[in-house]
Amino acid sequence: MRRASRVLAASAVGLSLLLTACGSDSDPADPTTPDTSVAATDGATTDPAATDGAAAAGGEIVIRGCTPENPLVPGNTSETCGGDMVDAKTAKLVEYDTETSDPIMDIAESIESDDNVTFTVKLKEGYLFHDGTEVKAHNFVDAWNYTAAYDNGQAGAYFMSVIKGAYEMAEEGSTTTELEGLNVVDDYTFTIETTGPVGNLPVRLGYSAFAPMPDSFFEDPAAFEDAPIGAGPFKFESKSTTEYVFSKFADYSGENVANVDQLTFRIYTDPAAAYADVVANNLDYTNEIPADVLVGEQYKADLPDRNLERESLRFTTMVFSPNDPQLADNVDLRRSISMAIDRQLIIDQIYNGTYTAAHGWAPKVVAGANDTACGEWCDFDPEAAKALYDEAGGYDGTLTITTNGDGAHKEWTEAVCNSIKNTLDVECIVNLTVDFATYNQQIDNNEIMGLFRSGWQGDYPSLENFLAPIYGTGADSNWSQYSNQAFDDKLAEANAADTTEAADALYAEAEDMLGEDLPTAPLWYPRSIVGFSDRVENVQINAFGVLDFSAISVKQ
Amino acid sequence: MSDPNLTRNQASDRVDHEMPDDELDAIEHRGAKEDARSLGRDAWEDLRSRPTFWISSFLILVMVLMAAFPDLFTFFAPAQDPAYAQLINARQPPSSEAWFGYDTQGYDIYSRTIHGARASILVGILTTAGTILIGGTIGLLAGFYGGWLDSLLSRVGEVFWSIPLLLGGVLFMTSFPSDVETPYMVVVGKVVLVLTILGWPRIARIMRSAVLQVKSLDYVQSARALGASPLRIILNHVLPNAFTPVVVVATIDLGAYIATEATLSFLGIGLQPPTISWGIAISDASALGMLRAAPHMLLFPSIFLSMTVLAFIMLGDTIRDAFDPKGR
Amino acid sequence: MGTYVLRRVLQMIPVIIGTTFLIYWMVFSLGDPTVGRCGERPCPEAYVARIHQEYNLDKPLPEQYVRYMAKVAQGDLGTSFNGNEVIDQLGDRWPVTLKLATIAIVFEAIIGIAAGLLAGLRRRSFWDSLVFVSTLVIISIPSFVLGSVAQMVFGVQLSWFPVTATQGTWEQLLLPGFVLGSLSMAYIARLTRNSLSENLSADYVRTAKAKGLSSGRVVGVHTFRNSLIPVVTFIGADFGALMGGALVTERIFNIPGIGGYIFHSITTKDATAVVGTITLLVLVFLLMNLIVDLLYGALDPRIAHE
Repeated sequence: MRRASRVLAASAVGLSLLLTACGSDSDPADPTTPDTSVAATDGATTDPAATDGAAAAGGEIVIRGCTPENPLVPGNTSETCGGDMVDAKTAKLVEYDTETSDPIMDIAESIESDDNVTFTVKLKEGYLFHDGTEVKAHNFVDAWNYTAAYDNGQAGAYFMSVIKGAYEMAEEGSTTTELEGLNVVDDYTFTIETTGPVGNLPVRLGYSAFAPMPDSFFEDPAAFEDAPIGAGPFKFESKSTTEYVFSKFADYSGENVANVDQLTFRIYTDPAAAYADVVANNLDYTNEIPADVLVGEQYKADLPDRNLERESLRFTTMVFSPNDPQLADNVDLRRSISMAIDRQLIIDQIYNGTYTAAHGWAPKVVAGANDTACGEWCDFDPEAAKALYDEAGGYDGTLTITTNGDGAHKEWTEAVCNSIKNTLDVECIVNLTVDFATYNQQIDNNEIMGLFRSGWQGDYPSLENFLAPIYGTGADSNWSQYSNQAFDDKLAEANAADTTEAADALYAEAEDMLGEDLPTAPLWYPRSIVGFSDRVENVQINAFGVLDFSAISVKQ
Repeated sequence: MSDPNLTRNQASDRVDHEMPDDELDAIEHRGAKEDARSLGRDAWEDLRSRPTFWISSFLILVMVLMAAFPDLFTFFAPAQDPAYAQLINARQPPSSEAWFGYDTQGYDIYSRTIHGARASILVGILTTAGTILIGGTIGLLAGFYGGWLDSLLSRVGEVFWSIPLLLGGVLFMTSFPSDVETPYMVVVGKVVLVLTILGWPRIARIMRSAVLQVKSLDYVQSARALGASPLRIILNHVLPNAFTPVVVVATIDLGAYIATEATLSFLGIGLQPPTISWGIAISDASALGMLRAAPHMLLFPSIFLSMTVLAFIMLGDTIRDAFDPKGR
Repeated sequence: MGTYVLRRVLQMIPVIIGTTFLIYWMVFSLGDPTVGRCGERPCPEAYVARIHQEYNLDKPLPEQYVRYMAKVAQGDLGTSFNGNEVIDQLGDRWPVTLKLATIAIVFEAIIGIAAGLLAGLRRRSFWDSLVFVSTLVIISIPSFVLGSVAQMVFGVQLSWFPVTATQGTWEQLLLPGFVLGSLSMAYIARLTRNSLSENLSADYVRTAKAKGLSSGRVVGVHTFRNSLIPVVTFIGADFGALMGGALVTERIFNIPGIGGYIFHSITTKDATAVVGTITLLVLVFLLMNLIVDLLYGALDPRIAHE
């Protein structure tokens, strides 16, 4: 909408508020919005500094993309290449504030629950898909049913598991096609019943697997795959071997109205190539700065005032193999190893100080995380580490740190290995597997001894997402095979808490238990570092490391 | 056809006809003369007089010593343990504490380069030898006998050649994974095997073309007609002629394989830590940012690699010249 | 000659069948493509089951292969996991790879042969040494270093060439083609030099010289053609290798070619894409080698094809 309109841009916090104001003030269907609309805010005071630069609407930008692994169906997208594109084209019940990661109602008018088990979702009226049909309650219910149904085999089925009936549907051979916990009340209302108390359900609903799907998808999924449709600010135009093109959706109903008219994802296999193109101003944005140009801050010289960094929802740990009896049964040994890792030095030398050393199991950008649970065990202290190591009886044989050889992990794993080796005087060797699949397989088959790496990218900004899927008994990604009844109970208690604050406090208590048992050694929280060309402005990234596609604009 | 061929054929015809007492008697040509002096002794006399022979032999000797007894070379160096790293020193340039500087992990590059010689030279030499043996034999048979044997061997070579290194390498390493307990020679042997299996068809192709070229020469035809045994023909006529292209390609291959090993290691399907090699050092140093921040990381292993290639190319050239009577 | 070509073309049939099966088996042996596809989380069972069924992975290998070949026979090369038709990908990527390989071949042939002539005609001269040293440098600098440095210097800093070649036009592919051909340039220069100097001392050349022919004519007409046989063999073989093996160059310059496609398909264990692409590569190898074999006859008529 409003091709020629100008919305005020903000450097930081103000932006989402301003966009909110702009969007809600104007009727989406009304093309007569004034050329320069000065933003008013809903009760919040406008930051005067935020009115500095005016974001110009219009123009076309090209940003870095990579080849999606699956068709662009939100419920079947499990990786970031397709995920970024899905983000640009879909609207969900809830979105996250770019700056604070707080959930904001998008398609939802409200999501309410008295008991954290039954939720009533009310939708905004008149929210449109790219094909002109309206987003109604059944578009959500049908989409989630589709994702959960066994026969459809969707990669995002995991996310439906909070909804009642999902477990039964995920079982082999299940022919059920409807989730028991979903009920359409009327066109703009539906209810969700969860398997147990899930206090943070509204936060979870911002994940793209929960996006609504238009009726046309269910009629012909194959046609949809060729020309995917959503309700987001950008609509799909075309795809080729080298590009995925999206254009601004003129009838977009939400508040993140796009500034640019066209958004092209150009496929780059190698981030270094994308980086070179950004330096030469041939590409407007890259979401990844290669680690080697971090050395000596070369990227800042190459891209002066054209780089941006922020903390992200990512987290790197070393898992103590549950199959290695020496480690599994000796918490002091695990502690001494954790203390022997000089996190800050590794960050400084390998990542030029851009990452944050971890002192807990969730980055501070997550609401409620205080990053203290690991305590002294995450502080590098060579003498104490060696003393504790000797006291714990030491490690017989050669300690191995396993990682997959096809990612950029060798360098830092070797540095961790050397830090442990030099501090504890134990032989340490990096063991590389051929690829990530082999790595996964070896973990599943309990073949790995010693230590192995684990990376986690938060699905939604909740402390729960950094604990339950990784440390809950029997959880999908519980590589350390951690099992602690008290921990599980604490998570359940937190899920049932009345307020977010109460829930977060309980999650934090659960996190503290990890500090006691140390099933993994937290290492660091990677930061997102991005670069952009000199023809764009208002570049912002969210905590997922994803560009705010609507905010970015072309300089006039 | 055009006259050059005519001239050439005439020339060789003449050589063939009047062997012992033609006016061209002075011109020796390969295989046609059975001289009293043995070719080998002749060549050795010749080799001894060439400085390039001594220079290249010396270089190769140094490299082999380095591969066999690296400690000899690190004995007087300030840092001797190639496996000891202090991250705080990462990427520091050469100094009196570290002659070649430190790499990105804080390893001493001098001792890493010396100790890396073993794996790199083993991979280079063994792979080159393997491809020459397999590719050479197959190319020889295909070219010499022709017919269905040629078709079969050539087609098999084409199939092998079309298998990308990555696919073959990943498959091989997935099927026979190395871990930290795998013996050193087995780890190196696997890399050699992968490179050999996928590398022999090129040598075979080149050998085949050389054999085809030689086979059609008149004196070889006559020798065959006179009933000389195939083995004799191959040894006396075909092999000396095919020597040049094969040696040229093989000596460059030697260096290329040392570098390819880096690509394999980079992909996680080559040598595994704690094995040290030039290839791994070069690949670690090769990212653009690393190149700008610490060029010495690339410089030193690359120099050692070029010296090795230099030595082998020089030796190959010298030996070829010595065995080729016309070159004298 | 006609029957010879016909026989070679017929031989392609068993080779293609053999190769497709071999490659199919290799990708099959790499393991289940659904492992590790969902990040740090195992994929849902239903997802795994659907992929297995769609791609016949639940069937035994021979059956999978027969089903695949039956589809190929109908002109359907299959669809990748992300919904892209293999045939479309090949249609887009093949011309780019062909252009890139052609540029590389032209560069390596012209510069390599010229350098080899220069060195071979004046052995042990300054030019010979210069060519030798340049060869050494090229061999010891990996192509990824050469590529990224060339990109940074000539693309980003000097703006002489496009930084990347995403659209795969001739102009964009010049610099990558040069980088890609550089190592082979070293081989060709050495091959030409040694082959030439050997032939220069051959009997017929001496005869020709003795007969009073000008040395230019001797080199140009007699020796050069004969010296080209190993060079032509090498170039012909290289053409195929450059197509599939341009992986590194393709990554650095973001070229949408075959090498990157094979790499991506292997890492995602996308058998359909790998088999289709490599089969096409084998065809190129077969054709190139046939052309080279025919060229032998033109370069040296005594090499006959019965």
